[in-house]
Amino acid sequence: MSTIALTDTHHGSAGRDWSGPAPKRIVTGYGFWIFILSDMIMFSSFFATYAVLLGQTAGGPSGRELFDLKNVAIETGFLLASSFTCGLASIAADTRSTIWFQSAMAVTCALGLGFLAIEGNEFASLVARGAGPTRSAFLSAFFTLVGCHGLHVSAGILWLLTMMAQVFTKGFRPDIQRRILCFALFWHALDIIWIAVFTVVYLIGSAK
Amino acid sequence: MTQGHDEVFDDTDVAPGDEHVEGGGVGFRVLGYLTGLGLAVLLTATSFFVAGTDLVWEPSLPVALVVLAIAQMGVHLVFFLHITTGADNTNNVLALAFGVLIVMLVMGGSLWIMANLNHNMMPMDQIMQMQR
Repeated sequence: MSTIALTDTHHGSAGRDWSGPAPKRIVTGYGFWIFILSDMIMFSSFFATYAVLLGQTAGGPSGRELFDLKNVAIETGFLLASSFTCGLASIAADTRSTIWFQSAMAVTCALGLGFLAIEGNEFASLVARGAGPTRSAFLSAFFTLVGCHGLHVSAGILWLLTMMAQVFTKGFRPDIQRRILCFALFWHALDIIWIAVFTVVYLIGSAK
Repeated sequence: MTQGHDEVFDDTDVAPGDEHVEGGGVGFRVLGYLTGLGLAVLLTATSFFVAGTDLVWEPSLPVALVVLAIAQMGVHLVFFLHITTGADNTNNVLALAFGVLIVMLVMGGSLWIMANLNHNMMPMDQIMQMQR
């Protein structure tokens, strides 16, 4: 966002000439950045809930008995790699290379789907073992937090496919470029939230 | 600035997520993402390793893991989201700082209050007896 001197625009009192409102790319990106920060604040309340309810297993299974850290490591690897390919897609969008953009986005999509498949598997096996969200306060908090992240990833994949289709039909127009910028912000932010998830939920949760 | 955008750029600001590139082309930018990926993998592997061994004194484990996680978040912010300390990023950093403040208040406050309540509450079996 630019600092706009509302007074004395002719003499450049702010040290530079009047340049009008900030470019749309900066306004859009900044607005979406604010949304992402508010999303992180929402997640922080889920994290606080989970941390408070970590020991409240109501006689049911605890994290140590339930979590399979090997799966979590694979999920983490998938999301990390997808963050990298998402970055490659951003570069490809900037250089207007359609082939590189579409292939990087396709790989990102595949990695995201792989992540969701592992997570869905984990949820299904937990429910099958009688450790569903209704078993204890600990498990309610677990499913809310990790499920909310999973929903975000699902929404991100829908958005990713939309961007692939829009670049295919409309090309790298400025408005499409702005949407790609926002998508990249969203995807990288999901990875940042996942760092907190695997640390707080899985690693600390299974240590106790 | 990144190539290929049709709009005129304000030379004092970048959008969050945009990279401020001077000289250096695609290869330079890919190298940036590769560096981030390498550091992130290293920190993740350390986290999983620390959680799986007895090398770390058990009660300090959560603190060690949280420190590693915060370090990795920093790596992601710098190398993937391109949030830097540069003058063109001031507003993005300020927004982030405010977000971090609220996150700290929500998490720290909840944990503090609930631990305090837990500590001061009468054990559940005594409450049950009083209700009889």
